[in-house]
Amino acid sequence: MIGKPKHQRLVLVVIALVAVLAAVLLAMWGLRDRAAYFYTPADIEAGKAQPGQSVRLGGMVEKGSVQRLSDGVTVRFVLTDGAAKVPVEFRGIVPDLFREGSGAIAEGSLGSGGTFDASNILAKHDERYMPPQMGNQSAEHQTAKTVAK
Amino acid sequence: MTGWLRFTPIVLLVLIVAAMLWRLANPPDTTVHSQMIGKRIPQFVLAAAVPGVQGLSSTQLADGKPKLVHFFASWCVPCIGEAPVLDELKKQGLTVEGIAIRDRPDELAQFLARNGDPFDRIGSDPESKTQLAFGSSGVPETFVVDGRGVIRLQHIGAIEAEEIPAIKAAAEQAR
Amino acid sequence: MTAETGLAALWLAAALSLLQLALGFAPGMSKSGSAPIRAVAVLQGGLTLFAFAMLVLVFATTDLSVALVAENSHSAKPLLYKIAGTWGNHEGSMLLWVTVLGISGAALAIFSRRLEERTFVAALGAQGALALGFFIFLLFASNPFARLDPPALEGRGLNPILQDPGLAFHPPTLYLGYVGLSVAFSLAVGALVTGRVDRELARAMRPWVLGAWVFLTLGITAGSYWAYYDLGWGGWWFWDPVENASLMPWLAATALLHSLNVLASRESLRAWTIMLAMIAFSMSMVGTFLVRSGVLTSVHAFAVDPKRGVFLLILLAFYVGAALLLFALRSGRLSEGPEFELVSREAALVGNNLLLSVILGVVFIGTLYPLFVEALTGAKLSVGAPYFDAVVGPIALALMALITIGPLLNWRRDSGERLKRLIIPALLGLGAFIILLMAVPQDGLLAKLGFGFAVALFPASLLPLLARKLGRTPLTTYAMVLAHFGVATAVAGMSISSLTTSETLIAAKPGEIVSVGPWSIRFDSIRPIAGPNWTALEATLYATRGGAIETLKPQARFYTDPPTETTQSAILTTLTGQLYTVVGQQVGDRWQLRLWWKPMVTLIWLGGALIAIGGALALLGRAWRGWRKAGVR
Repeated sequence: MIGKPKHQRLVLVVIALVAVLAAVLLAMWGLRDRAAYFYTPADIEAGKAQPGQSVRLGGMVEKGSVQRLSDGVTVRFVLTDGAAKVPVEFRGIVPDLFREGSGAIAEGSLGSGGTFDASNILAKHDERYMPPQMGNQSAEHQTAKTVAK
Repeated sequence: MTGWLRFTPIVLLVLIVAAMLWRLANPPDTTVHSQMIGKRIPQFVLAAAVPGVQGLSSTQLADGKPKLVHFFASWCVPCIGEAPVLDELKKQGLTVEGIAIRDRPDELAQFLARNGDPFDRIGSDPESKTQLAFGSSGVPETFVVDGRGVIRLQHIGAIEAEEIPAIKAAAEQAR
Repeated sequence: MTAETGLAALWLAAALSLLQLALGFAPGMSKSGSAPIRAVAVLQGGLTLFAFAMLVLVFATTDLSVALVAENSHSAKPLLYKIAGTWGNHEGSMLLWVTVLGISGAALAIFSRRLEERTFVAALGAQGALALGFFIFLLFASNPFARLDPPALEGRGLNPILQDPGLAFHPPTLYLGYVGLSVAFSLAVGALVTGRVDRELARAMRPWVLGAWVFLTLGITAGSYWAYYDLGWGGWWFWDPVENASLMPWLAATALLHSLNVLASRESLRAWTIMLAMIAFSMSMVGTFLVRSGVLTSVHAFAVDPKRGVFLLILLAFYVGAALLLFALRSGRLSEGPEFELVSREAALVGNNLLLSVILGVVFIGTLYPLFVEALTGAKLSVGAPYFDAVVGPIALALMALITIGPLLNWRRDSGERLKRLIIPALLGLGAFIILLMAVPQDGLLAKLGFGFAVALFPASLLPLLARKLGRTPLTTYAMVLAHFGVATAVAGMSISSLTTSETLIAAKPGEIVSVGPWSIRFDSIRPIAGPNWTALEATLYATRGGAIETLKPQARFYTDPPTETTQSAILTTLTGQLYTVVGQQVGDRWQLRLWWKPMVTLIWLGGALIAIGGALALLGRAWRGWRKAGVR
């Protein structure tokens, strides 16, 4: 592939284009099955999520729904958005902000029996620290005076 | 061929900047909005949250007049900033009913003494059951409920002064 | 008083940056030579550094009349974290950004001797232009010195997750990397203006890129290790948008580094090198924008005002747009360098650039994809490890193959003779792969291939030293060998730990014995314990795998201000791996324990350190060569 300088320049430009194209095609291939949609319980009830598909489910942890199984590390609870409910099962150490009546996002997939198998739980703070216009960034801290249960 | 090609990175930049501008104007929102809008409020009877101020029940919210139902707590920091706005709404003729979640009477009384008390009634919701039933997921949140007890609007977060006309208009429409 | 002095210094520095810009590009300035602009650049950098020192002072003394201190610090914080608190917030870290920008310009002004004068002057002007925009942002939208009247009674506390020695130094290290790349950007702009893209430019740019790249490598490695031990999830890379924001400049800088070698040795790849220099710092700016604008949500992100985000976006769009426009208009004039063949060092480095750019591209697309989808369709989605691992992994493997081949090739044209030396490493790699296929029958093909390539790369990276007089081999060759060896080390660590990690998740009573991997661990007790601004429940674990008994004490910690709970993992590092322990919540009379045995995981960060050391050696080697040449004259 000995080439004159002009030829070589053309080759290099083509290679640059190939790089960009390769990146785009590879990304498209990767994104097709591996991007996780965000759903609410109403979406799940409407059947928007396929069982086994990796998704995120956001809602509020229904009061009275948290059950710890006897192994001490598996927890079952219900996520609700006021209208629909989805039972969730998670094996692991829940984040500190996770509690009944508070918001949470479960990452995982819908099992065949209708229970959501969570591989990860993200807890949201229940106090709105900034109005939604500011981007819904929740505070990383709690206030001190919450009623003891 | 290399002529126009050299300008494609700029085109890409423009597209990306446009997307970023869109996102800045529409921040990511994983808030769970209430599914109860357009539906009747849940049945509830809440005891008085503070001595001297009546508690709140759902029947009182369906008396023919539109009302604002405001979820708050003495430990809620943005609620402090919102207090003048609620006072203003009350001054403009709206009825503001309060539901205090997971709170204590003495702290609530202090909060009201310090920040003002625009509430006609304040119900105590110590386990957020009523809050969840409304489809509210945090504080502060305000619902516009019409005369028949149907939820017409959910406002998430503290109401800003500029939003007072919009809230008033929503209450008007809820007659 | 301190705050006002700092603010005054900032204003002066901003004015000087405007002057610097003018001196850099005003016609007719070349008559006075480069002395005036050098002086201005040094003064501007010095004043910015002074302003930064003032901010550090204000934090160190917990001056609560300064709004930033009141919001982000606390009098009970240990001094180290008070100082680190200076850059643990948006305004302070922005000032740090601008400080590094100023100091880099000053250093360029002082130390750069060889570069052609007009290019050099234009480069300093570009650096001034960069500084000016960020000064305006700082002074008008992110003033770190704003006063609070009346002063606060107490600060609102630093996020306790940031109270960590590793993390205290993570931002400055990264910023030296990110912002150090600004010099490459400015030099590229200068060279496009004068049209002189040649070996002189490469030699002038290289130490800057090397230095910045070393810091970036260290910063990313340290950040990864911090996330690993502090977050308590046992993972070391999450493809979090902010992590990606630090990786993308690094990828561009790595490609740039290698491209500069081609430009310096052969004067080829001119347009590519210039483009990469611009992309690298552009990625730094994009990264800064992403973290501060609220555009992407992440545990890392500062909580900021979207208005600031718009400001930063405009700055970014302006700088990157202007650079790309300049490139579009002027790159046509760059003559192409001498030709080279398919089997040559240049070609291998072109391949290297290609692969690194593809990785940069897919990471960029993956990071921004959720944003585009939501803008166009309203659907919310997230892109995480499954995507990134799947697309980046295979390309990284191809890159590793190239690393074995490239250093063995001559410039311009190579017969491929020396490639025969790769037969043994290749066989070793293949053997390792096959052994793993049999030993670990389940999934993990990528990790197994990764280990195979790593095993091949270990000896292959040493091959350039074969049949050479080692005493006479330049330091830069050793540097390359070490850096490539570091890559093999890191990949070996990633592969082995991914394939052989064992995990135990259990609720245990004190007195119980649990096991993970080869380890037998007795959960002895759990007791309350306190620190300067925290209380904790500390578990005592006694672990053994047949030999000595080691003690581990993971904690569930509660900070007072702001009130937060965090987990403090307890890690035991041995020659063969790490035992990672976390204590969770109480369940009745039992406690949740999560334990991992991660063989060879430390190789990951050791590899990163080796890569950084390799870079530092290269820097040293070139400086040494420069001094020796100067001495000879």
